Amino acid sequence: MMRLPPFRFHAPETLEEAAAILADKGSDAMILAGGTDLLPNMKRGQHTPKHLLTLRRISSLRDVRNGSGLSIGAGLTLTQLLSNQTIRKDYTALWQAAKVVATPQLRNMATLGGNICLDTRCNFYDQSKEWRKAINYCLKKDGDTCWVATSSKTCLAVSSTDTAPALVALGARIRLVSSAGERVIRLEDFYNNDGLDYLNRRADEILSEVILEPVSGWKSTYWKLRRRGSFDFPVLAVAVAVKFTDDGTVEDARIVLGAVASMPMLSTDAAEFLIGKKIDDEVIRETGRIAAKIARPVNNTDLDPPWRKKVIPEFIRYALREVRGDDISSLRQRVAHQSRS
Amino acid sequence: MSSANGFSIVGKRRVRVDALSKITGQTQFADDIALPRMLFCKLLRSSLPHAEIESIDVSAARDYPGVQLILTGQDFPVEYGILPVSQDERPLCRDKVRFVGDPVAAVIAGDEQTADEALGLIEVHYRPLPTIATVQEALKPTEAPLQEYAEEGNIHRRLAYSFGDVDEALENADYVFDDTFFYEGNTHLAMEQHAAVAAADPDGRVTLWSSTQCPHYVHRALAKALEMPAAHIRVIACPNGGGFGGKTDPFNHEIVVARASMMLGRPVKICLTREEVFYCHRGRHPVSMRLRTGVTRDGKLTGMHLQTLLDGGAYGSYGIASTFYTVALAPTTYHLPRYSFQAGRVFTNKPPCGPKRGHGTPQPRFGQEIQLDKIAEKLEMDPAQFRLGIVEKPDRLTANYLKIGTIGLAECIERVVDKSGWKSKHRKLPAGKGVGIACGAYMSGAGTAIYWNKMPHSGVQIKLDRSGAVTVYCGTAEVGQGSDDVLVGLVAEVLGLEPIDIKCVTGDTDLTPVDLGSYSSRVTLMMGNAAIQAAERARALIAEALAERLETPVDHLEFAEGRVFNVADPTGGMSFREAVICAEEKHGTLVSVGSYTPPHKAGKYPGAGVGPSPTYSYSAAVVEVEVDSATGFIEISRVTIAHDVGRSLNPVLVEGQVIGGVYMGIGEALMEEHTTRRLAPKLSDALLHRNPSMLDYKSLTMHDMPEVQVEIVEHPDPNGPFGAKEAGQGPLLPIMPAIANAVYDAVGVRIDELPITPDKVLKALKLKAGGREARIGPKSFPQIDWPEPVFVLPPWEGGDGTASNKPERKRAAKMHAMDKVITP
Ligand SMILES: Cc1cc2nc3c(=O)[nH]c(=O)nc-3n(C[C@H](O)[C@H](O)[C@H](O)COP(=O)(O)OP(=O)(O)OC[C@H]3O[C@@H](n4cnc5c(N)ncnc54)[C@H](O)[C@@H]3O)c2cc1C
Ligand code: SF4
Repeated sequence: MMRLPPFRFHAPETLEEAAAILADKGSDAMILAGGTDLLPNMKRGQHTPKHLLTLRRISSLRDVRNGSGLSIGAGLTLTQLLSNQTIRKDYTALWQAAKVVATPQLRNMATLGGNICLDTRCNFYDQSKEWRKAINYCLKKDGDTCWVATSSKTCLAVSSTDTAPALVALGARIRLVSSAGERVIRLEDFYNNDGLDYLNRRADEILSEVILEPVSGWKSTYWKLRRRGSFDFPVLAVAVAVKFTDDGTVEDARIVLGAVASMPMLSTDAAEFLIGKKIDDEVIRETGRIAAKIARPVNNTDLDPPWRKKVIPEFIRYALREVRGDDISSLRQRVAHQSRS
Repeated sequence: MSSANGFSIVGKRRVRVDALSKITGQTQFADDIALPRMLFCKLLRSSLPHAEIESIDVSAARDYPGVQLILTGQDFPVEYGILPVSQDERPLCRDKVRFVGDPVAAVIAGDEQTADEALGLIEVHYRPLPTIATVQEALKPTEAPLQEYAEEGNIHRRLAYSFGDVDEALENADYVFDDTFFYEGNTHLAMEQHAAVAAADPDGRVTLWSSTQCPHYVHRALAKALEMPAAHIRVIACPNGGGFGGKTDPFNHEIVVARASMMLGRPVKICLTREEVFYCHRGRHPVSMRLRTGVTRDGKLTGMHLQTLLDGGAYGSYGIASTFYTVALAPTTYHLPRYSFQAGRVFTNKPPCGPKRGHGTPQPRFGQEIQLDKIAEKLEMDPAQFRLGIVEKPDRLTANYLKIGTIGLAECIERVVDKSGWKSKHRKLPAGKGVGIACGAYMSGAGTAIYWNKMPHSGVQIKLDRSGAVTVYCGTAEVGQGSDDVLVGLVAEVLGLEPIDIKCVTGDTDLTPVDLGSYSSRVTLMMGNAAIQAAERARALIAEALAERLETPVDHLEFAEGRVFNVADPTGGMSFREAVICAEEKHGTLVSVGSYTPPHKAGKYPGAGVGPSPTYSYSAAVVEVEVDSATGFIEISRVTIAHDVGRSLNPVLVEGQVIGGVYMGIGEALMEEHTTRRLAPKLSDALLHRNPSMLDYKSLTMHDMPEVQVEIVEHPDPNGPFGAKEAGQGPLLPIMPAIANAVYDAVGVRIDELPITPDKVLKALKLKAGGREARIGPKSFPQIDWPEPVFVLPPWEGGDGTASNKPERKRAAKMHAMDKVITP
């Protein structure tokens, strides 16, 4: 079997304690949440932290608090998140996204924080050390060529988290805690469109919670494109949140594409186009076209890149039809292998 | 008591004998074995696709704390391989590496982690050789072939045969269909990763436990590679967590741990990572195909010329057999008056291909069944009806001298047509929905062994004693298919016992009589026949003693419900245990044996050994699909499949095998691709497995599995145990073409290559919308210099099964009027 490289294990009981350890060890330490991303990566030699710091003993990280909106602890497992009825009812896109992460067994371990911080993915990178040695490694780790685009100076590894696009569409903010203090930022500002340096996170910061605004008037949905009905990372994610006025006019909208770049991509053009309109078929068609422009699928995930590009507008349209109120659950089942709730 | 079919166990729905230990996690697989003082082995594998090994420096690794031994190719002077004609493998490469993943050195250490760390300290200096990445590259002349023994350059082998004058048959046809197809390679993906443990004994003998389907062939390979008498080697096949052909070769890691254990005097274990299993491979060959088929206006076939070209990867493995199998079985389903083929295999720098479920036959079956769909459309016939009109008849020879026994194909077709509602669906469903039909046939065991010999293919031994205990011994390997259950069930049937009363010991070369292994769907038939013979002999010993004691004629004795009695007096007689005591008193210690040797083959031409089987199984399937025209996604809504299993010994197992075949078939049809990635050749020679993990190598999950309706058809064959044929491989065959045909029915596009991915469907739909030929598939078949064909006259043209290249024989063939030939 594949073995983990050696590391020192820390199990702090409080957030303060955890922050102190991180402040001390700096980039030699990594945070271990559910481990469903980090541990396989360590076995493949993609990360070799000298210190691993588990968050499991910090119970406050699993709190879900109702205020004006909702605050969700970063340590909540996806299975726990799925059993929360407020999330299910009010933050549909998040619930739907969490529901289609990986497999039930993995969701039992996987945390929301880990999903947000998920390493970017690439078929040339998510391989064993021996495999990567045989291509002389790549830009993202131990090498100097990007094999996806040999002229590229940056890494094009793909943001493959399911929940992040949904959260960005829902306007989520996150709290980052360190010994030096804490800050709250919009989730989209947490990301860089760079497969290597994809997070604006200082090595000493812990993502402690996700903060969601109240939802009155908003409807949201999440569509995921993947090969199979379970197990697979998204090769395209579409998260749409729309705020309607009473007569069905779009008051505000956020359309986010996942797995088409190194970060979740928010299409402000599409949102601008939608605002003030009623979602009729023509508007849906055009929004699909506009929003799809921000996507640049490259050949480092599953499925044919030109095909992926071709179906992006379709998926955006499906999502829009759904927030409009169309019942397209059978289509959802067929092409996205996803049930509605 | 015996039921309607005259049997008490056979045909009953039973929980298989090993079910409880498997579902409670108590079965010991090879990786579960832990012996005192056991060491662990890891292999260093080549990081280059093709290179000469200039030097290997192991000094740093040898000095690494905890390392016990390092082995390299220098420690293994002898080559081995599954086929006598391709002894081209070494446990560790010595001079050359041929693909990324080829093993070059082994580290044995106190634990796996240490062994793994030490691997990183071994320094190998390579001199790179040109990378052969594709079939096209392999067909080019070369100074440095991958394998010296290849027929020409990197062409491993070319075959050409003609059974009658096919050119003439095509000339005389009303239509000739000429189609090309491509079938992508894929792998077995058994749940259990290969593992092996070797333990030397102080007297210089060695035992190997392994997840192997063929302990006998591993036994032979170990003897050869270790240069030891086979009598000093014991191979135990642990229950396999699935094999599907992936564990039928003897493997380098098995030989390495055996040698290491002998050198160190301690047990040595290896368990491959999933990635390494992908490198072992031996899976489905990628095959290019061209089929030219002649057909009359009223829907009869006049002849077929089939061409296949296989991308074999870096080694021979079963490749020559695989090549033959891409052409040998095509005539077993429908009557083909004349048949010819050209088949070739090339070497490339990739993990070696070999046998996977259906071994070589799913690829041409895919082409043939799609072509039949095209023919039926052209002739304006219903594709099911068209097939019914050409189904081969029972008890006859095919053009290439395969002896067909019973054939339930027509009934299979009728059953799936009926149960699927075919008549109200084909060409009648709304746009986007469609149905497709296809058929298949498979061998119930290869008529010839891997190595030439005149001995039995399967042996069974039964030991009985005064305790009433019955133990049955056979060299077969339980690979999940249920062979232990078949063995026990058949002996129980003959002795009138329940399965729980019988123990079985299988797959142990010290204890069990030779059986060639769990491949080619041979076990139920061959082991089954041997088991029945052994059980009948045991029964005869008991009956003889009892006849004396009870003063009854032997043939009045009945064995049933754990008792032996006179049929005229069912309450008399005695318990089975008392009967055994009686027999032990009379005969002394009790043991009986049975063996099975397949019938002689009918063909006498060179190469006639590949294809003959004691009997063939048949299947037909109707698949219903829904195709999304915006994305090209295919959803399989329902599969109806009928399988002629001869006699269903345990319907639960038959259905399990059939559904498993459907599952695997859908995966091959829609997503599985065992492919390599070539980096930009200007920058790198690298050629690597694209997706050596269970996450990235896509195969179906349970969410993607449709409802399957299984219809068991029984046309008992006199050559089968109580008439049984196989169920393990055949039911896979119709699935892939039935899906392709259903996609055509749904959206009117032909996808003539596998897998049928959504991007291909979308491309074809675009072609269709643009008024172009709505087809995705190869445009041509590669250009190859084929040898002069071996010419054999079909049986109905006066042939006797021998080869002849004499012109007058060919002329004799021409003298037969074609219409006579078509329906002789
Ligand atoms: C077979 C398989 C399939 C998968 N499929 C999917 C899928 O379909 N969709 C998907 O989105 N994911 C998928 N995943 C990835 C992974 O399981 C999930 O993303 C999961 O949510 C990660 O959470 P975790 O708690 O296990 O993270 P971990 O593995 O513990 O951590 C992931 C990363 O986040 C960092 N981190 C974790 N928590 C914090 C924190 N509080 N503050 C700062 N940094 C933190 C870690 O240091 C690490 O770098 C899959 C994984 C596998 C193995
Ligand atoms: S995108 Fe390029 S640099 Fe990034 S992981 Fe893939 S190959 Fe490496």
